Amino acid sequence: MDGEAPRAAVSWENGTLAPIDRLRLERADSPTPGLVEGTEPGAGQKSAMFVHAQSFEDLTSEAEEEARREADLDKSEGECSEELKLLVGEKTIEEQRNDNFSIEDRSKEEDVSSEAWRSHRKHVFVLSEAGKPIYTRYGTEEALSSTMGVMMALVSFVEAEKNIIRSIHADGCKVVFLTKSPLVLVGVSRTCQSDKELMRELQYIYYQIVSLLTLTQLNHIFQHKQNYDLRRLLAGSEYLTDNLLHRLDRDPGLLLSAVTCLPLASSARDVVSTSLQAAKAKNLVFSILVAGDRLVTLVRKKDQFLHHIDLHLVFNLVGSSSSFREGEGWTPICLPKFNTAGFFHAHISYLEPASELCLILVSTDREDFFNMSDCKQRFLERLNKRSAYQALKEALKCPSYSVAQVGIPELRHFLYKSKSSGLYTSPEFPFVYQSDEEQERLMGLYQDLHSRLHHPNRPLRSFYRCTATENLLAWVTSGFELYLCFSPLGTKALAVSAVTKLLKWIRKEEDRLFILSPLTY
Amino acid sequence: MEDNLPAVPGGAQRHSVTLTRPVQTLRVKMVLLGSSGVGKSSLALRFSKNELRSTSPTVGCAYLTSVVHLSDVTLRFEIWDTAGQEKYHSVTPLYYRGAHAALLVYDISKRETFIRAQLWLKELEKQYIPGSTVIWLVGNKCDLDQDRQVSVQDGLGLANERGLFFTETSALSGDQVNELLLAIAHRVYECIGVQQGGLSEWQEMPLVNVHHRHTFNPFASCCKVGP
Ligand SMILES: Nc1nc2c(ncn2[C@@H]2O[C@H](COP(=O)(O)OP(=O)(O)OP(=O)(O)O)[C@@H](O)[C@H]2O)c(=O)[nH]1
Ligand SMILES: [Mg+2]
Repeated sequence: MDGEAPRAAVSWENGTLAPIDRLRLERADSPTPGLVEGTEPGAGQKSAMFVHAQSFEDLTSEAEEEARREADLDKSEGECSEELKLLVGEKTIEEQRNDNFSIEDRSKEEDVSSEAWRSHRKHVFVLSEAGKPIYTRYGTEEALSSTMGVMMALVSFVEAEKNIIRSIHADGCKVVFLTKSPLVLVGVSRTCQSDKELMRELQYIYYQIVSLLTLTQLNHIFQHKQNYDLRRLLAGSEYLTDNLLHRLDRDPGLLLSAVTCLPLASSARDVVSTSLQAAKAKNLVFSILVAGDRLVTLVRKKDQFLHHIDLHLVFNLVGSSSSFREGEGWTPICLPKFNTAGFFHAHISYLEPASELCLILVSTDREDFFNMSDCKQRFLERLNKRSAYQALKEALKCPSYSVAQVGIPELRHFLYKSKSSGLYTSPEFPFVYQSDEEQERLMGLYQDLHSRLHHPNRPLRSFYRCTATENLLAWVTSGFELYLCFSPLGTKALAVSAVTKLLKWIRKEEDRLFILSPLTY
Repeated sequence: MEDNLPAVPGGAQRHSVTLTRPVQTLRVKMVLLGSSGVGKSSLALRFSKNELRSTSPTVGCAYLTSVVHLSDVTLRFEIWDTAGQEKYHSVTPLYYRGAHAALLVYDISKRETFIRAQLWLKELEKQYIPGSTVIWLVGNKCDLDQDRQVSVQDGLGLANERGLFFTETSALSGDQVNELLLAIAHRVYECIGVQQGGLSEWQEMPLVNVHHRHTFNPFASCCKVGP
């Protein structure tokens, strides 16, 4: 590819190179951990792509939580732990009866009375306020209807006393409740995640369901028929929730509330972004180009922001379904963090049949299919004209980088999130974390660090932990969050000194690893 | 330049026909309706690329195209492969409104999908303008004869009673798939193509001519989805 031509085209086209250069001078080459938000490596130079503020809903629910914390749950906790045994402990009569229950063929078929079922690390159940089962991660909803009945009984029992049940701790097991009328979500976990983290995961599941149906429709259904079996409407979409739960265990983006980008020379990314920017239409709100789970670029309507949760739901939808590979997809989708009441309409298609590159065009008009299809055509034409497509395809060949490039001895892996851009970067897993189990274990360590930094009562700015298998350091400032994983040979002093060095390296590479100049139409 | 363009899935299939006389290309809007899992997407993929792939359930709707050459006309089928899942039913009218051909697909090895096809028929008939839509009943998965729950007579009976065309197909083996598309093409051309304003003409977009694109959009005027 001719590297010069597109760059010239960019500076000519959007005329923003000058201010960016000026800005660049203010961005220190050797950033220190004390830097302020907006100047950390990876911070966008013009405006952010995502909303950072929590939505009203989340803020109010946090206030509620605060109030709940005041309320003492001691009494009900004691009484509940007996009933909890029904959920996780001994076989109940109900479950025994299910032993000879012949279950129809379904891949997640599993005997809910078996030891294997009970020993899963994390169960998630969704039920209606009438106690009807809607979703279970393992086993079938039918087989669990009595268990879910017990859960709903717990929730209503506590509610009857003008209280809200948040969690039950017993037997190395946590049961977390999230009541989001008209749904109740219950997580049963044997992991060491905090209640807050588990609650956050349940919220994701809640939003996943809302994104398929909208909250308005959910409310409408249950107002008309309290006893409605929602599985009818969710039939065929269970895999989305299954996959989201899998991602929650493995994807650092969901933990960090951030997304990661495909490493790409900024000149090439700028061409892709401006091509997408030029292919606009009246009702087009977001144009998102992704490569697998990595963002290539995102162009949005002025004053409209996408929330990272909504973007993760889009990633999950696209990544979970092969149906978009045939033809052009056109589907209603609710982006619950944007608006729980209505549907957007997304045009979803791959740039080439076998390509990883998928373009998502989000419109407000359900009759906009041909306009969106036309936008895609125009985007492709521009992309080809400026030979950025080739650069993009080259970049796809190395979607990640090795930690060795950073040049810090004993450093095995890290997660770095730029708070103001909502983007994070992370190297590929090194050899010691090749297996799925090891990767999930490492994610577990990060989750632990994360929950310590973000402890609801006693948040920490930094945290160092040394185990037999690794040394870990977590550091949060107003500008970034950093999680470092060293070999057990590392020391605390080494870890602390690595921070500056790593920040310097990220600053050097930020053009490639982050989207520094997000565009609007 | 044009050759560099990545092939757009479902986009126009550039067919290199050396034309002795200009053959008109007409656009046909075709919709596939039926329960989830009956094989609508598999049929659509056969129609469009003569391929077989197992795909996951359709999300919303998928749009594909397929070109059929008849002796004196070329038909460009614009296929709307709808999702059978109930949650998407509210948007389905967008796709069958104004369709020239509607395929009611059921699975011959699942009785309830046959019942469901009849419900779709009822809904279609509400919108039906006589002579404007060719409705075809399609019993798919005829390779599963050993598990058959809907007999050929049942299908044929329903079709005769309601004035539909009827075919049994197998998207898996490809049996009767091409024949079906060709038969639909003939029927649509005979029934609708000859009418004044029945089928609109299709013009391939001049892909290189970017400057004219915003003024020239063949879709803008005549093929909005829905009412
Ligand atoms: N035996 C057999 N299987 C088929 C045939 N056609 C499709 N299938 C299989 O049936 C399953 C569902 O096919 P799809 O084409 O995805 O069904 P669909 O009607 O598009 O389903 P939705 O998109 O959910 O509405 C897939 O596993 C296909 O491989 C057929 O003719 N014979
Ligand atoms: Mg389908």
